[in-house]
Amino acid sequence: MNIHEYQAKEIFRKYNVAVPNSKVAFSVDEAVNAAEELGSDVSVVKAQIHAGGRGKAGGVKIAKNLDDVREYADEILGKQLVTHQTGPEGKEVKRLLIEEGCDIQKEYYIGVVLDRATSRVVMMGSEEGGTEIEEVAAETPEKIFKEVIDPVTGLMPYQARRLAFNINIPDELLGKAVKFMMSLYNVFVEKDCSIAEINPLVTTGDGEVLALDAKLNFDDNALFRQKDLLEYRDLDEEDEKEIEASKYDLSYIALDGNIGCMVNGAGLAMSTMDIIKYYGGEPANFLDVGGGATTEKVTEAFKIILSDDHVKGILVNIFGGIMKCDVIAEGVVEATKQVGLEIPLVVRLEGTNVEQGKKILDESGLNITSAESMADGAEKIVSLVK
Amino acid sequence: MSVFVDKDTKVLVQGITGGTAKFHTKQMLEYGTNIVAGVTPKKGGTEVEGVPVYNTVQDAVDATGANASVIYVPAPFAADAIIEAVDAEMDLVICITEHIPVIDMVKVKRYMQGKKTRLVGPNCPGVITPEESKIGIMPGYIHKKGHIGVVSRSGTLTYEAVHQLSEEGFGQSTAVGIGGDPVNGTDFIDTLKAFNEDPDTHAVMMIGEIGGTAEEEAAEWVKANMTKPVVGFIGGATAPPGKRMGHAGAIISGGKGTADEKQRIMRESGIKVAETPAVMGETMIDVLKENDLYDKCKTH
Repeated sequence: MNIHEYQAKEIFRKYNVAVPNSKVAFSVDEAVNAAEELGSDVSVVKAQIHAGGRGKAGGVKIAKNLDDVREYADEILGKQLVTHQTGPEGKEVKRLLIEEGCDIQKEYYIGVVLDRATSRVVMMGSEEGGTEIEEVAAETPEKIFKEVIDPVTGLMPYQARRLAFNINIPDELLGKAVKFMMSLYNVFVEKDCSIAEINPLVTTGDGEVLALDAKLNFDDNALFRQKDLLEYRDLDEEDEKEIEASKYDLSYIALDGNIGCMVNGAGLAMSTMDIIKYYGGEPANFLDVGGGATTEKVTEAFKIILSDDHVKGILVNIFGGIMKCDVIAEGVVEATKQVGLEIPLVVRLEGTNVEQGKKILDESGLNITSAESMADGAEKIVSLVK
Repeated sequence: MSVFVDKDTKVLVQGITGGTAKFHTKQMLEYGTNIVAGVTPKKGGTEVEGVPVYNTVQDAVDATGANASVIYVPAPFAADAIIEAVDAEMDLVICITEHIPVIDMVKVKRYMQGKKTRLVGPNCPGVITPEESKIGIMPGYIHKKGHIGVVSRSGTLTYEAVHQLSEEGFGQSTAVGIGGDPVNGTDFIDTLKAFNEDPDTHAVMMIGEIGGTAEEEAAEWVKANMTKPVVGFIGGATAPPGKRMGHAGAIISGGKGTADEKQRIMRESGIKVAETPAVMGETMIDVLKENDLYDKCKTH
């Protein structure tokens, strides 16, 4: 799950990760009031969307007075902001963060991620703050320093010191930098983050170490124990069909093509997309119904696929293990009863309870093309939608 | 011969009284798996499918001598279940459970350092040595006894590969699903090593997917150490970057973990990569012919 910068900073304040003073605003008037209350000489108007690259896209402006704040807030609110992460259609800005300006001495990068190679949490730091860290990693990897963290001890002070020395944080700010890093690690672990990224971290003229930006992503698998995070979810930032799918624990991702896919298992679902492309078709979605799906979930999955107007045909590819073929078949029949089916449907069933599944489909009277293998299924659906 | 499990493996089922576990306990028993015990707290003294249930793993081990555990407990309690089995010094723990928080698995991996237990999974279909022991959720009937080792990050894609091999007449020594999570137990290299040392395995099918660098590392290992031919496949070649495709581990980020890169390094390491998931079996047959192993591996 992703959240907005202002929400991440709210969490940071609770964990003593230093951030500048700021307030969220949903309208131009609120933005001006926020700037007035902050009372700083300079304030920053920042678009709040779930995508990076806002500055370059004109979503971050420095206001020297309240009139500037009004002008920039008016300009940015409601704007379709197009950044390298939003896609060409951009994202509408509905929220602003009004933040007090600070006297930046130098910008750094700090990120906390899971390192798959070591199965540990890793804190990364770089002197090259403010830029795309992936570019730094590709061009000057020697400028990125890493501390691998033992979950038994957590991030140790000596590791934070070493990282601070490596990225050349001034000695007089060492204590504040160490406190910042250790608090950030606590946020990562206690809130089940998948990414905690500060770019830039800044040192200021009045001797502070602050998170100027804040990006937090959370491990969806841990949300059952992070209930307070759920209120941060912004449904405006998500695809409607993906929201609907998540209600039923279905893993669904909308794509651009016209062949709807319903598959069990992520690997098989991705491979089904691959083979549709191989035969010249375009998948309309990735959909993994998972292992523990019920007839109800399968029904909903099918309805979600059918709700996409671009879908001109559906391929169901099931290799039952923990998922039973008869449950899939019942769901397909139930969904088509509820919403009707006017487009071609190709079904390939194999695995656990395959005979019962095939029987249910045969007896349903539905116009279903059955496939003997995934290649056969992909070929058939591609030719049927052409 | 086989790897990790055989007919002598004595299996205990953690979370045996849950619906999914009950169903699969029955399926495993029907397959011939030697299930000796189940564990569910507060259900000690009862039975599931004739299998005695104990309150703790240690009780079950003491009473039955179980040496492998298969875990079906729900995700919030799964890390606890794995550590309980490790603490009881099981040889093998296979965790089927999906959606375990990754921080929990970081702790589990740390706890397991220096312990004797091998963990397979989580979020995996399990391990099967055909006609001997099926531990997990895979459909038993598609597997045939033979000489191809199968190792995969994806459950259903493993079934697909096994099914193709069996249809073509090539049985499997053992099929190992290592799971799709970013932090897991046994990895590709551990399994490839085991297959390399197993006299009954003559070739290996390795099935990966986008995300991470496990396939690249495994390919380097194959190049340096593997004495048997390896066929590969990578799922997700057409997946868009930045989108997490179901598995917590399956995401292309920061230009890393793409199918192209994985396939390139696998090919450079002498692994023949199947072009589509539909030709995994055919690709293996080509490789067996090239290596004069066709007759040796043809089982039915």
